[in-house]
Amino acid sequence: MVTTREHEEIGILLVEDDPLDLEMTMRALQSDHVKNSIEVARDGEEALDFLFCRGPHSGRSPESQPRLVLLDLKLPKIDGLEVLREIRSRPETRTIPVVVLTSSAEQRDIIETYKLGVNSYIQKPVDSTQFRQTVKAAGFYWLVVNRPPLVEA
Amino acid sequence: MLKIRDYSIKKKLTLMNMLVSGVTLLLACTAFGAYELATFRSTMVQNLSIQAQIVGANSASALLFNDAKSAVNTLSALKAAPAVLSGGIYTLAGESFAMYRRDTGGHSPPLPPMPAGQTEEHWFADKELKLIRSIVFQGKLIGTVYIRSDLQDMNDRLLRYAGMVVAVLSVSLIAAFLLLTTFQRAATRPILQLAETARIVSREKKYSVRAPSTDSHDEVGLLIEAFNEMLVQIQARDAALQTSQEELEQRVTQRTAELDAMNKELQAFTYSVAHDLRAPLRHIQGFSNLLMESFASQLEPEAKTFLQRIGEGTQQMGRLIDDLLSLARIGRQEPRLQATGLNSLVQEVLRDLKTETEGRDIHWQVGELPFVDCDPGLMKQVFYNLLSNAAKYSRPRKPAVIDIGQMSVEGQVVNFVRDNGVGFNMKYANKLFGVFQRLHRKEDFEGTGVGLATVQRIIHKHGGRIWAEAEIDKGATFFFSLTSQNDGRQTANGHEGGKNGYDKRT
Repeated sequence: MVTTREHEEIGILLVEDDPLDLEMTMRALQSDHVKNSIEVARDGEEALDFLFCRGPHSGRSPESQPRLVLLDLKLPKIDGLEVLREIRSRPETRTIPVVVLTSSAEQRDIIETYKLGVNSYIQKPVDSTQFRQTVKAAGFYWLVVNRPPLVEA
Repeated sequence: MLKIRDYSIKKKLTLMNMLVSGVTLLLACTAFGAYELATFRSTMVQNLSIQAQIVGANSASALLFNDAKSAVNTLSALKAAPAVLSGGIYTLAGESFAMYRRDTGGHSPPLPPMPAGQTEEHWFADKELKLIRSIVFQGKLIGTVYIRSDLQDMNDRLLRYAGMVVAVLSVSLIAAFLLLTTFQRAATRPILQLAETARIVSREKKYSVRAPSTDSHDEVGLLIEAFNEMLVQIQARDAALQTSQEELEQRVTQRTAELDAMNKELQAFTYSVAHDLRAPLRHIQGFSNLLMESFASQLEPEAKTFLQRIGEGTQQMGRLIDDLLSLARIGRQEPRLQATGLNSLVQEVLRDLKTETEGRDIHWQVGELPFVDCDPGLMKQVFYNLLSNAAKYSRPRKPAVIDIGQMSVEGQVVNFVRDNGVGFNMKYANKLFGVFQRLHRKEDFEGTGVGLATVQRIIHKHGGRIWAEAEIDKGATFFFSLTSQNDGRQTANGHEGGKNGYDKRT
């Protein structure tokens, strides 16, 4: 379930359908006392509804957008590639950094996402320790090190 | 000029028929002419003989009474026969008694000499018929009549006859010619048409044509029938050949499509293996790690060992999935050949193996290796798998000695990797390159049983072959060539017409 917090800075939109992966990712992101809040979408449709303030999120302010989208590719309803395409085609979401976090190491997936303008492509490491480190590093880099442009509403 | 042999059938037939009918007619006319001549002659002799007998009978009294005047009178009756040249009556002594001549003046010709014992005779000589008849009175021979007649009649008649023969012959030949040209068309037309059909068949390879059949059941009719029957059979075979060829092509297309579909299915399968098998593995590992970290103080040492076992199991499965995926990936990708120095590949692999072989006493002995046309990425994997295998199975040796080099086997350049490790029983050499086939216990040597299968697949993709020789506890040697047996060259320019025709040097 997505809990909408108006007028509050949203740190990460985590799009992940697998509950166990979701839990592991959340633990990895929160363990380092990441101050930013995390929004969760369980499929592509929910992610788009959240970003564009539609459906259950129609009450949300379109001005507060996440500073990072962590996107799985294999998603129910609307897959990750489609979500990415949609994000990049709309002016209000075009500049949000999107990092793909997926099990797939297929070249066609990598090529396709980069063509669509992904900021980073991370294959989920099989080793759980590596997984935790990788997710933490990605969160740190994109939320702390990286400077995103100011979004113009 | 054409020889008769080369004449067309039409000409030959005409010529033959004309010759036959001409010769036949000529022979018939000659026979008929000869018969005519003989008949005419005997008639002439008969007529002249009658005249001579009449003259002889009428002049008998004149001869008895020596009345020459009366005899001349009798002879003058011969005037009625214009062919008679002269007629004379002679005494027994052979002296001329009376004489008649158609032309005046001239002497009475002397009696030609008679054959002994004969009183009557005739001759054809000097374009004349000469006839002698005896004059008999009351049974007694009293004199001789001698008449000469010219052969004008006979000659005229012969001439007319010859003219007639010529006329009949030419008319007959013309008629024969006209008839022949009419009838021979019926005889030769089917043959000519057959010849034309044969020409079309041999020139255009068109087996659908047929020689026009005739109603006649003669040899030509049979020939045409047989020829057409032959064409029917050829056409049927041609069609069957065509059909089977098309069927074959269709089957190839179908099989190719099936193969493509299967390939796609396989790709989808490996894709889903990559995604769906990895995730639960990560979860098992992730949560057992969390358990270990978050509840370390509450766990019995045995529980910790179990969690460690779980970790090892998931790690092994992760390796299996990775290896299987890489094997599948090699299966569907064509090697990209480029001239590659194997020595530099081996050096790269040795660098990669450093962490894996840390603390080990290994003597790497790298000989001179050739430059070959190969896919450098795939070939590096071959060396990586072979060298890490060699290092793994020589773990009990101190020091381990691993040789990498090339040698010539039956005129072919062969690369080899030799170790002084634990080796294996040659009885199981055929199982060495099978997927999931392992010749050692996991407790002794870890592994997935996919590495050598991957190596073999890469070598086969390069058109080469791989084999191994080993002895238990002495070591193992892996040999591989990169080109097929028939093509022994293995230098940079030795891989002519490689699988994808790639021939770029870098």
